[in-house]
Amino acid sequence: MSKDELLTKYNHVLGLDDINLNVAEQSIQVVMGLSGSGKSTLIRHINRLIEPTEGSVLVDDQDITKLNKSELLEFRRNRTGMVFQRFALFPHHNIIDNVKFGLSIKNIDKAESNEKAMFWIDKVGLNGFEYKFPNQLSGGMQQRVGLARALATDPDILLMDEAFSALDPLIRTDMQDQLLELQKNLRKTIMFITHDLDEALKLGDRISILNGGKLVQDGTAEAILLSPADEYVKNFVKDVNRAKVLKIKSIMNFSGVQNNSDISVKVEDNIESCLPKILESEHELNVFDNNNKFVGSISRNNVADILKN
Amino acid sequence: MNLSEFFITFPEMSKESLRIFKKSIDGAYRNFSREYGDTIEAVFDPVLYFLVWFEKLLQTSPWPLVILVILILVYLGSRSINLTIGSLFALLLIGYFGMWEDTMSTVSIIGVCTFMSIGLGIPIGIAMSNSDRARAAITPILDVMQTMPSFVYLIPVVMLLGIGKIPGLLAVIIYAIPPIIRLTDLGIREVDKEVLEAADAFGANKRQKLFRVQLPLALPTIFAGINQTIMMALAMVVIASMIGVKGLGQPVLKAITNQYFTMGLLNGLAIVALAIIFDRVSQSFGKRLQQHRSGSRE
Repeated sequence: MSKDELLTKYNHVLGLDDINLNVAEQSIQVVMGLSGSGKSTLIRHINRLIEPTEGSVLVDDQDITKLNKSELLEFRRNRTGMVFQRFALFPHHNIIDNVKFGLSIKNIDKAESNEKAMFWIDKVGLNGFEYKFPNQLSGGMQQRVGLARALATDPDILLMDEAFSALDPLIRTDMQDQLLELQKNLRKTIMFITHDLDEALKLGDRISILNGGKLVQDGTAEAILLSPADEYVKNFVKDVNRAKVLKIKSIMNFSGVQNNSDISVKVEDNIESCLPKILESEHELNVFDNNNKFVGSISRNNVADILKN
Repeated sequence: MNLSEFFITFPEMSKESLRIFKKSIDGAYRNFSREYGDTIEAVFDPVLYFLVWFEKLLQTSPWPLVILVILILVYLGSRSINLTIGSLFALLLIGYFGMWEDTMSTVSIIGVCTFMSIGLGIPIGIAMSNSDRARAAITPILDVMQTMPSFVYLIPVVMLLGIGKIPGLLAVIIYAIPPIIRLTDLGIREVDKEVLEAADAFGANKRQKLFRVQLPLALPTIFAGINQTIMMALAMVVIASMIGVKGLGQPVLKAITNQYFTMGLLNGLAIVALAIIFDRVSQSFGKRLQQHRSGSRE
């Protein structure tokens, strides 16, 4: 049965259809798609803000869809934190009380929750704003509060629903950097929803692309750029600046022979940062790995191939 | 009977059956009130005792003390020196023109009615906001309570409980409680869906959501309801006096029947003064509750 048939015959809207997705622990899994693709529905299935009609959601082999009411509350209180597109802060609470919300729901005593809240307020750089109200802060600052609120209960799963989409471009970049910086130490399992491909490529360890409630491709940024699964994905990635996203290792020539040029690049460098070196050089450049061992070479032609597309 | 006659005179029920219809309902109700009147009256006894005690307290305490307490409440509610001074003058004038006792009676019944309306109305409003079915059932009842002429429901109340304070109290509450119920329901329903979703996402249960998110955010709207309730209770003072409630309504009633213009005017103005004080205090208190909404950016 097609989506339209389902709507006209039964007046049901198809949200998600046969999604099978494994999210690796401690990684950032980006789910991207345009509006109506079902990405927000998908993330809400994980903490059951939306009940699935069928299927299962497994977290450490525990089926979330089978939890009873109180188990579900416990799961939400202890395992997940959520950040929302339009912040969804509590307007009647000041910043510290907002950050403390998850802790106070768990009836954690005041001194301890204050201490934790202050720690996270400090982490997201909002020192001195503890007693302001949300509407006294700018959008970017409000979302920092949203992030601190989600992290305060120390969940291992962080659900971020278009968390940075409502922010100005500059602030958005800032927040992305901050999230990556935090993630280095936190190692949370993050599911990040976005409609912005650049954001997806920047943040995602893996990226899943949804279209009309179906999963069209799931893979690393590199895989999605270099071998799009279908026309839809191909169109999607058409305008992306590949040099900015891809690393040397995805276009280099592994069979090259080391030459005596002293200009070199590293496998993990991204292409854009090496462009001047590569383009100025007449010869192939040596590529070294992190232990300064020679692994192959790269030339102008490799770069040209990937950029012309 | 020809056709044109049918269209000109309404085909009404025969006089005899209408008479029997009315008589049987009246009779049944009379029997009911004879049977259960005393029991129902007994149920309201505690309210009556409290009402009498509160009225006596206001009337027998030294008047400067009563004024002082009222002024302190006015100031705490409104944080306005002007309103406090205005209230002082209004109360002094009321006393000077010999209306102190009646005013205290009115204040006591309005106070009790307001508290009972809040105590009953907020839970009913919460129940309404919780279920569309409850809302569909309660809304028409509220419509009837607000539009039915008060005299009509005074008849069964007086038949059941006789003349006095309790029937008056009931009449005032029936008339004054709808706004607080409606606005509690509205206030809770108006709470931002995303904020509620956030509360859900952090594992708040129903109670925690109600007391930590929904009610606090609905409070300004609920306060608008309380304000309306007080105003409507004051508007009922004269009608309530017809079934024996003491207070500023009685001299007004006397003034109407005897055409004492000045007496009516003075007591009417006293009611207005009370209304303005109650209104300004409850409004500015309500406004302070929503300060977080207008907090300026820094």
